[in-house]
Amino acid sequence: MTIENRRKIEGFIAMTLSTLAALLGLFWLIFILGDVLIHGIKALNFSLFTNDPVPAGVAGGGLRNAFVGQIMITLCATLIGVPIGVLGGTFLAEYARGRKIARIISILSDIMVSVPSIVIGTFIYAMLVKPLGHFSGWAGAIALAIIMIPVVLRTTENMLTLVPWTLREAAFALGAPYYKVISQIVYRGASAGIFTGILLSIARVAGETAPLLFTPRLR
Amino acid sequence: MIAATEFEVKVLNFYYSGNVHALKNITLPVYEHNITALIGPSGCGKTTLLRCFNRMHDLYPGNRYEGEILFKKENIFSEEIDVIDLRSRIGMVFQKPTPFPMSIFDNIAYGLRLKENKKISDLSEKVERALPEVLLFDEPTSALDPISTAKIEDLIVNLKKDVTIIIVTHNMQQAARISDWTGFMMLGDLIEFDQTDKIFTHPSQKLTEDYITGRFG
Ligand SMILES: Nc1ncnc2c1ncn2[C@@H]1O[C@H](COP(=O)(O)OP(=O)(O)OP(=O)(O)O)[C@@H](O)[C@H]1O
Ligand SMILES: [Mg+2]
Repeated sequence: MTIENRRKIEGFIAMTLSTLAALLGLFWLIFILGDVLIHGIKALNFSLFTNDPVPAGVAGGGLRNAFVGQIMITLCATLIGVPIGVLGGTFLAEYARGRKIARIISILSDIMVSVPSIVIGTFIYAMLVKPLGHFSGWAGAIALAIIMIPVVLRTTENMLTLVPWTLREAAFALGAPYYKVISQIVYRGASAGIFTGILLSIARVAGETAPLLFTPRLR
Repeated sequence: MIAATEFEVKVLNFYYSGNVHALKNITLPVYEHNITALIGPSGCGKTTLLRCFNRMHDLYPGNRYEGEILFKKENIFSEEIDVIDLRSRIGMVFQKPTPFPMSIFDNIAYGLRLKENKKISDLSEKVERALPEVLLFDEPTSALDPISTAKIEDLIVNLKKDVTIIIVTHNMQQAARISDWTGFMMLGDLIEFDQTDKIFTHPSQKLTEDYITGRFG
């Protein structure tokens, strides 16, 4: 067998295996989505979004409160978490660049990324819910914001670090002060990456349940 | 006639972080509305010297200047100097163009907008105020064909009436064509500084002569 033929066969095998692996992954996704749609399509109607739930056993009702609550809590969490995360990442990549404090905060926030979310839920329970004496949506939003912060902070830091220094130099050479270099030039260069980080962090908290067991009042 | 000095570099030493001694006791004058060329073999410190004039080295921690550069009689390394203001008065043209991630219009307007003075309504006066007094060029034509190079050279010579120019170049013909003064550097030392005619016809140092006649470098 010639070398060339062997390469072709090896290439074919590799391609087949990876295609099969991709199909296997896709199969389950389609299966689950399809199953949910087949059995649930008749329940998908307008009242699902406009009505509140009814007591168990009674027919009808909707999930309006769940949708609205989800949107409100996620929105509040984003409004709290994103600015803190982006500004923190900016501090690490720009103002504290190369200093020990930046390393320490980076490592701490890496650890925070992997803290189980229920721990953050109980933390907020102890810090906010217990002292204030009642559950609240705000406490839930703050818990989610705390989960978002390290994710946004680390992506922002990484994305800013990737912006080449020649770009900053060009702006500095024109006599731009540092805050303008960051806000007008560096952020622009890193915007796609920072947005990806923000979206990922929103996706992550939108699917969280554990921290919300301890924070907003559940009915 | 010798013009007034724009800069006076006095016993300047520069160290990159990690104590790399890149400039050694550099002393030279830069004359107003003249073109000063810096030539020398690769790694001799031309770029390093050029970037001292607008304190570009400040951006990286650990870099250290010793000595003085007087700009209009004021030491640019002194505490009272506002670096932001200094950099807006001393423009720099990099070897590689670095467009900002925004439209071409915004790129061009960026420097002007930085200096925007709301009180002045007249555009030409705005532009006037935003113009630097000095321009630093680092090998502006090293990636260009001869025709574009000639255009840039014309432009630089034309700019001379408005600004003082310092240019780093590897192209000795270019230095000879456009500059009034030339400094020849080697291994962080300024070997010789004189009027361009003199450097290219009767250099006083053997090293300079060897370099411009192409015996090394
Ligand atoms: N960031 C840096 N850190 C440490 N040393 C540096 C740094 N930049 C340059 N150097 C050193 O300083 C010396 C002068 O470098 P410089 O870039 O000024 O040379 P140059 O004359 O501009 O060379 P070229 O003609 O190749 O552009 C070189 O030995 C170089 O290795
Ligand atoms: Mg150079």
